Amino acid sequence: MHDNEAVVELRGITVEFPGVRALDGVDLTLRRGEVHALMGENGAGKSTLIKALTGVYTPTSGRVVVAGSPVAFTGPADAQASGVSTVYQEVNLAPNLTVAENIMLGNEPRRFGAIDVRAMRRRAAELLARLDVHVDPASSLGAHSLAVQQLVAICRALVVDCKVLVLDEPTSSLDAGEVEKLFTVMRTLRDDGVAILFVSHFLEQIYAISDRMTILRNGRLVGEYRTADLPRRELVHLMIGSSFEDLEKLGDAPRREQAAADGAEPLFQAVALGRKGSIRPFDLDVHAGEVVGLAGLLGSGRTELSRLLTGTDRADAGKVLLDGRPVRLATPRAALRRKIAYSSEDRKAEGLVGDLTVRENIVLALQADRGWLRRLPARTVDEIVDRYIAALDIRPANPAALVRNLSGGNQQKVLLARWLATAPRLLVLDEPTRGIDVGAKAEIQRLVAQLAADGMAVVFVSAELEEVLRLSHRVAVLRDRVKVGELVNSDDVHLGDVVDLIASGEAS
Amino acid sequence: MGALAGVRPRAVRSFRLDRRYLPVLGTLVVLVLMLAVGGGRYDGFVSGRVISNLFLNNAHLVVLAVGMTFVILTGGIDLSVGAVVALSGIVAAVSFQAGLPAAVVIPLVVLVGSVIGLLVGVMVHVFGVQPFVASLAAMFLARGLCYVLAPESVPIRDESFVALSSWSVQFGDGWRVTSAVVIALVTLAVAVWVLQRTRFGRTVYAIGGGEQSARLMGLPVARTTVLVYVVSGTCAGIGGLLFAMYSRSGYSLTGVGMELDAIAAVVIGGTLLTGGTGFVAGSLLGVLVLGLIQTIITFEGTLSSWWTRIVIGALVLVFVVLQRGLMGRRTT
Repeated sequence: MHDNEAVVELRGITVEFPGVRALDGVDLTLRRGEVHALMGENGAGKSTLIKALTGVYTPTSGRVVVAGSPVAFTGPADAQASGVSTVYQEVNLAPNLTVAENIMLGNEPRRFGAIDVRAMRRRAAELLARLDVHVDPASSLGAHSLAVQQLVAICRALVVDCKVLVLDEPTSSLDAGEVEKLFTVMRTLRDDGVAILFVSHFLEQIYAISDRMTILRNGRLVGEYRTADLPRRELVHLMIGSSFEDLEKLGDAPRREQAAADGAEPLFQAVALGRKGSIRPFDLDVHAGEVVGLAGLLGSGRTELSRLLTGTDRADAGKVLLDGRPVRLATPRAALRRKIAYSSEDRKAEGLVGDLTVRENIVLALQADRGWLRRLPARTVDEIVDRYIAALDIRPANPAALVRNLSGGNQQKVLLARWLATAPRLLVLDEPTRGIDVGAKAEIQRLVAQLAADGMAVVFVSAELEEVLRLSHRVAVLRDRVKVGELVNSDDVHLGDVVDLIASGEAS
Repeated sequence: MGALAGVRPRAVRSFRLDRRYLPVLGTLVVLVLMLAVGGGRYDGFVSGRVISNLFLNNAHLVVLAVGMTFVILTGGIDLSVGAVVALSGIVAAVSFQAGLPAAVVIPLVVLVGSVIGLLVGVMVHVFGVQPFVASLAAMFLARGLCYVLAPESVPIRDESFVALSSWSVQFGDGWRVTSAVVIALVTLAVAVWVLQRTRFGRTVYAIGGGEQSARLMGLPVARTTVLVYVVSGTCAGIGGLLFAMYSRSGYSLTGVGMELDAIAAVVIGGTLLTGGTGFVAGSLLGVLVLGLIQTIITFEGTLSSWWTRIVIGALVLVFVVLQRGLMGRRTT
């Protein structure tokens, strides 16, 4: 395979935000007729690099060369005019307009100054046909599935003479068949000589479609490789660097001991706790020093159960015993008073305040618990914040950085730090590892194991069964909003057992 | 039932396609119902005279609602239009008093509206001021300028202007069309064309669908946002002109609360305040509904005119709730 002609060359790109250096001297070369994968963990700088290429961000330094001449795009429109089109992870189209309009808007055929609707629909239909998408161009975009919208977004990119197509995680919400369809489209375009930049978290997909890849780590360039020459293991190693060994160690870390002697009184007991329309009454015991995992499919009631445990939703049946004594958890505040903390799965909407700093986010719950009139002394705050930034390795280690500028994994750590700062006896973690990279995931898992070993009771919710099984001493299994069973985790409990329980609703 | 079964799939399909028109259709139904009820209760209600007067008395409001539709489609709001109506009326009266010819005064008056619209647009876009606040500021500015120019009512006696405003065509049994109605309907037609058939118009819808998306689609969001307020201001200028033709004077207290009537008309006409969905034609229907409420209450005779406001309030509430229902179904 000889090297195709380079269409886009980025050299020494550096992008800085207040308090964060998102990219540091990164190079990227895209060649005609190649699919180029951009690899890296969350926070490695992939999105930033794409935005630097398409003119959304202006690089602090470095140069962008397209088709041999240096350019400085002022925005996506400018980039598209030069043949660089982007399709984003969240479909950025207007759902209130028709498919044809979404494809052609800004490039509509016009007659006497007016949009020629018929010609527009015809042209849109041609483009849809080229990608083998069968939808009515006159239908409203919002009426179609996300996959179709994604393909419509690609059609939009093809309206102008598209030399470079950037696909920023286009597959994250598609099912297997839809991904295959997208790949077919990508191959067609590649064979037509388009240079494609492809971002995905799924290694399978990268190996299935890409010819070459550029790897980033912490905003720096790791290198450019031919996909065929780089084994998967090596790729993972390059992506996560030193934390790889930690991940390997993790496998046996939390299983060391079976905590909580069976006879001991549970710290927390839910007795026939339930809420209509949310989850059927269930029993659940959690001992100090124990990790109880919640397993189940999406929509099985994992989150609903966690919310009842922590007073986030009010139960309408059953009771809660803490240290054997009945307590009423009517609100999250009441729960927090009793040292029960809940970390929501939706960290953006129900967790962090993006426009506040790391420092402010960490002390938020602690301060709220004291009441706003009794401010925490600045020195205490500094101590707490510094302790958790160090303990959880929050990066950047800058208490004044705005949380919204942090990567997903670091945001999750800030959220975790907030609840740890309240010194909870029972910590309910709803999907703490979702949408964060492998390295941060490993750190959070290790932390959970450590907390339990130190005597905290933890309820751990995750969509990834392996993770639940690896971390938990006991696993409660949910299906269709009913707790269907409980497994005491040991070496001879396997993934298959949990899956069986989910599938059948009976312990095997 | 059996006979209908054959055509049903087609009917279902066209119903789905036409969902965007549902709110407008709802308004049309309300309008027809009101006409039917009025016609049943009062003699001579559904007549050429009453319907002509409906257009005559509300020509200025039609133009205001047209401009407001542009703004609301992008998800914004323009509170300045009522004050701009007063200001342009006064500018017209004062200019005529100073002896300027109609050929100069009329463009000048419309331009006053455009300039204030531009001001609002620049505040909204360049300085990132909330449309509510920016247009509120413009409202106070315009209203204040009215008092500076003329605290008292200024009559307009210019011959050509009077001639223009009294031009009308009568036909049939009591039907009458005046120059003001023609201007309003031409403005409406131009607005429909601009919104449906030009890039600017489609960009207005795209911004309403999602401003961030529109930006990432490479559409001229900045220019369009500013222009939308210019359109609204210009329409307010035209509306002021029409109101001056109607009242043959300029007065600083004209049009207090008129912006709210315009907004109510747009909402009743089926345009979502969140932007992206709605039609100018719906706003026309909205204005007619408002006018018809007034007419009915006049015909009733015993009711205080304040009942108009109460009915309008109730109607706006009903329409907003209905729209919420419609939106809710769309998201699922």
